[in-house]
Amino acid sequence: MAALSHSFVAKDLLAAEPAPAAEHGPIGWARHHLFGSVPQVLLTLFGAWLLYATIPPLVRFFITDAVWTGDSRAACVPASPDQVVGACWPFIAAKFNQLVYGFYPEAERWRVNLAYLLGAVLLVPLLIPALPGKRLNALLFFGAYPVVAFVLLTGGNLDLRHSLLGYLGLSAPFDALGQAFGVRAAFWADYVLSAVVVAAVAALIARMVAGAGAEKGAAKTALTVFAALGLVLLAVDIDFGLPSVETRLWGGLLVTLVIAVTGITVSLPFGILLALGRRSELPLVKISSILFIEFWRGVPLITVLFFATYMLPLFLPGRLTIDGLLRALVGVALFASAYMAEVVRGGLQAIPKGQYEGAMALGLNSGLMMRLVVLPQALKLVIPGIVNTFIGLFKDTTLVLIVSIFDFLGSLRAAFTDPNWATPTTLFTGFGFAGLVYFLFCFGMSRYSMALEKRLDVGRRH
Amino acid sequence: MSEAGSGAASAGRRWSWTDPKFRSAVIQIVLALILVWLAWSFYSNAAANLARQGIASGFGFLEDRAGFAISQTLIPYNESMSYGRAFLVGLLNTLLVAVLGIILATVLGFLVGVGRLSENWVIRTLCSAYVEITRNLPPLFQILFWYLAVLATLPGPRQSWGFGIQPMLNGLAGGLSSIGLGFLGTPLASFAASLNAPSVFVNNRGLVLPRPVFEEGSSVIFIAFGVAVVAAIAVAMWAKRRREATGQQFPVFLTQLGLVIGLPLIAAAAAGFPVTVEHPELRGFNFIGGLRVIPEFVALLLALSIYTAGFIAEIVRAGILAVSKGQTEAAHSLGLKPGPTLRLVIIPQAMRVIVPPLTSQYLNLTKNSSLGVAVGYPDLFAVFAGTTLNQTGQAIEIVAMTMAVYLTISIATSLFMSWYNTRVALVER
Repeated sequence: MAALSHSFVAKDLLAAEPAPAAEHGPIGWARHHLFGSVPQVLLTLFGAWLLYATIPPLVRFFITDAVWTGDSRAACVPASPDQVVGACWPFIAAKFNQLVYGFYPEAERWRVNLAYLLGAVLLVPLLIPALPGKRLNALLFFGAYPVVAFVLLTGGNLDLRHSLLGYLGLSAPFDALGQAFGVRAAFWADYVLSAVVVAAVAALIARMVAGAGAEKGAAKTALTVFAALGLVLLAVDIDFGLPSVETRLWGGLLVTLVIAVTGITVSLPFGILLALGRRSELPLVKISSILFIEFWRGVPLITVLFFATYMLPLFLPGRLTIDGLLRALVGVALFASAYMAEVVRGGLQAIPKGQYEGAMALGLNSGLMMRLVVLPQALKLVIPGIVNTFIGLFKDTTLVLIVSIFDFLGSLRAAFTDPNWATPTTLFTGFGFAGLVYFLFCFGMSRYSMALEKRLDVGRRH
Repeated sequence: MSEAGSGAASAGRRWSWTDPKFRSAVIQIVLALILVWLAWSFYSNAAANLARQGIASGFGFLEDRAGFAISQTLIPYNESMSYGRAFLVGLLNTLLVAVLGIILATVLGFLVGVGRLSENWVIRTLCSAYVEITRNLPPLFQILFWYLAVLATLPGPRQSWGFGIQPMLNGLAGGLSSIGLGFLGTPLASFAASLNAPSVFVNNRGLVLPRPVFEEGSSVIFIAFGVAVVAAIAVAMWAKRRREATGQQFPVFLTQLGLVIGLPLIAAAAAGFPVTVEHPELRGFNFIGGLRVIPEFVALLLALSIYTAGFIAEIVRAGILAVSKGQTEAAHSLGLKPGPTLRLVIIPQAMRVIVPPLTSQYLNLTKNSSLGVAVGYPDLFAVFAGTTLNQTGQAIEIVAMTMAVYLTISIATSLFMSWYNTRVALVER
């Protein structure tokens, strides 16, 4: 009995011992991730050597040995053969305006800045999922902003000529009108008349096809389309007093962004149409969509740009001359639409069949089904894909330098030829700067798309 | 086309927009009309414009004398040959850079992709940095960087960098002497001096390599190589049949390697080594002899393979991650060693995920090779859509032919891809 009273029974569990020092903390981490085995050690040493061979020289070149001030090449040329001179940043400072605006007239650069600012103000809230009003925001960015930016950048005041009727061989009365009241009056008279004629024809066809009562809707649709188009045309036709700036003066980041943003804005609606066409049950619609998509996806962008630059003018009426930048934009838009169509198709295919059947059971026709049920879900799914397409497009804008349009990279290459800045380090400085700009844009966008993907994934799981 | 439907239509029912058949017919007729109108107006406009500019259409220009030189030709070509011949030269140059680029990008991409999954933190970080940097810089930027900033700033031919055993040993000897180990460095330097001088040179005019010269009787080697390839395939088939019948393994890869390398060697020895190597020599201001590789080619090849390798690395990583861990555990529990586990269980399954996007990367690389025009590499695009288009003005024929070549390549690739997909799909349950 006495022995029992002396016995020891643990009342509490022993606290867990910390793992051996070699298994946790910095030492354990190093053992597992750096020096686990002989090959591991060799790999670590190799990696460390690679880091040692690249990082310090880069830091030295771009920061410690770099020249930060000066106003000519003299600042960046080594005074003696022993002097080590790094990056020549004054070169970038001197060429900065050329890299951002090209040869856009200095007095008018506020217009470019305003366009950048407007774009940023509209784009940033669009990219933040938490903010409300996405529909209005998207409408402003994809609908209104391109028109405003167009007027700002080119100066608008297009002096439009004949509208529909003028082209159909009825130009004589409008020419007379033009002589009496100016070209603008003639155009708008033609436009309003065309709208009325088209609406009347649409109403007539609707009545014949769908019976009495349908003509009202058809006429209304036609007039709405004409009114919306008229608003856009009015905006580019009004003389706001902005001096016109030819596109061959544009350059640098301005051209890069114009091409990328135009490409994405145009390719989105066309891509959706093509994707719907590809999934259509009508054989002709399906085949022509497939042919269009696969053709543009099968050829390199540079041949598309050549097609738009050299072949397209041959296909259009001889009196039509197209601006060089516009040709490139047409090429980029064709190319991007085909890629966008495939992205959107991926989203359409991901929508379960039950959604289609549910919509049909509710009595929606195919247009309403697409607009109200399928597309909102499909487009939300493919936002990361759209951002990725945009990254590809952004990188592809560099190709326009081959058809003699000076985008950011093209302006950089032009800046290299300036003998006033010819130093041994100019090239590396320029490529370092441009590489940083491209990297920040593309890396930023890819991180954004990854974050979105994660968010969408989480949303679906709940 | 059911009986009832056609019967109803023939019964004289009023055509209505709500009838899907009628609607689809109207839409398609309207689309067909628009397409025909577009085609016709393109055709008539083109005819009118060409007539106005005095350009004859047709492919007759392919027979005309080209009159321009090409800096890299794989088949004999000179200025007096035709545009058609120039087209072929350009096409072969495109294929050359595409094939070499694909090989380099695959090797680099697989290494980096596996490296991103490494336990080793340093290697993983380096590989991630590689992927992020190369994928986020435009390919044209990379081509111009290698061409303008790296290759053009190399020393001239007289100060070329030589690569070979001798300079390496010389460098090592110099290093040893400078740290006070002269007793080791001096004999090493004298040994290095007894070796052949280096025969691979890098300078601002490109790369100079030794060139193998095949003399008379060397056809035996090629025949032996062909026989070896056939034998290697036969061995693989036999080994597979035996494994399926008896379960016995056979070292297929080693046998194949031995066949493909050994048989041509034996043939060469039997023929008395009819192959000599022509070493480049510095005479005056440039190298004579050897194989010269133009810097445009080097820049394009480097940029394309480095850029594409970043994408391939991501594909490889995703493919390996797609094979579930249970597969590895099951293979181990069956008693497979890590090597065979990787070779027989993981890689075959990962390849199913890897191959389709990999082929589309190969296609991208081939299409991106047309960017060589920016640095003047004479590929199909530069020779044909560049110089020939400038000289003849036959925009329609030339752009169409160029597009047709790339389209053919991409259609062939997608055919391969669907063939592969059906093949691997059969393996699935």
